[in-house]
Amino acid sequence: MPHDHHDHEHDHAHGHAHAHAPPQPDHKVHSYYQILGVALKELLVEKGVVTADEVRAAIEKRDQITPAHGAKVVARSWVDPLYRIKLLTNANLAVAELGFPMTTTKLVAVENSEEVHNVVVCTLCSCYPRELLGLPPAWYKSRAYRARIVSEPRAVLGEFGTNLPDNVEVRVHDSTADIRYLVIPIQPPGTEGKSEEELAALVTRDSMIGVAEVKAHG
Amino acid sequence: MRGPHDVGGLPEGPIETETHDLSFWEKQIDGIRAVIGAKGIVTTHENRRYVEGLGDDAYETLTYYERWTAALARQMIEKNILTQDELDARVREIRARLAATGELAPELSGEHA
Repeated sequence: MPHDHHDHEHDHAHGHAHAHAPPQPDHKVHSYYQILGVALKELLVEKGVVTADEVRAAIEKRDQITPAHGAKVVARSWVDPLYRIKLLTNANLAVAELGFPMTTTKLVAVENSEEVHNVVVCTLCSCYPRELLGLPPAWYKSRAYRARIVSEPRAVLGEFGTNLPDNVEVRVHDSTADIRYLVIPIQPPGTEGKSEEELAALVTRDSMIGVAEVKAHG
Repeated sequence: MRGPHDVGGLPEGPIETETHDLSFWEKQIDGIRAVIGAKGIVTTHENRRYVEGLGDDAYETLTYYERWTAALARQMIEKNILTQDELDARVREIRARLAATGELAPELSGEHA
């Protein structure tokens, strides 16, 4: 059996409260899995399965993707009605047009309105439109968010400071390995004269997951 | 039957929204997965299935990237890319290396040495 169940010192009481290890101030290795990870890396490199350069390049590529990509897509959809239609009907095509191809998954864009508020989760794991938003925040991967957003979305949104009127319908979209979602938030009132770049600067990661709305002043 | 990963709708406590940057080893696991995924060695479905297959205890107690690491190890062994013995030997070696430079935390110096 692979060593999946090492009974090392682990805080069971908080085991699923954090989605990844908090930084350790002493720079020592505290997790058996960190050692296992290094062992995997070394062996896969030695066997020629991956090269160190490939792994480094992959990390750099990930680090360069920020929610600014998604924000650019959203801002374009606010200023260009034809682009918005394209985004809502063939999102993969629309985001590739702005330089953010998503080749391995289907992207679905969902728009918020006065009547409907959309929010995204991956109840089974952590699927997320990484090409547009980067790596998911820890809370998105947390058991609490995944469990509760589908059964009590209004309460969860409230915890994020998003209090919706009762007449607004809340739609929760559960991502899969094959389908990812991008929320197009409502353009805040009073920002009609702003440029596309100025608008993009207002669009936050949380608004594109759907747990927040976009504010007129950042 | 509901697996440990299948948490949608279950009662849970407040959501902790505090975030912190990934550590280098976590990024490295992510990078390895990205590369072997791009090469067609593993698929996203497969990755997810291996994480789900870790069992209730591991799923509950390990952190996110610890789960991915455990799943990746099992995946590489079952695909005959690595053997358990190779992996165990390398873990012992790295543990010894870290111990020699004083980088091994006390809680890891005992039973697995």
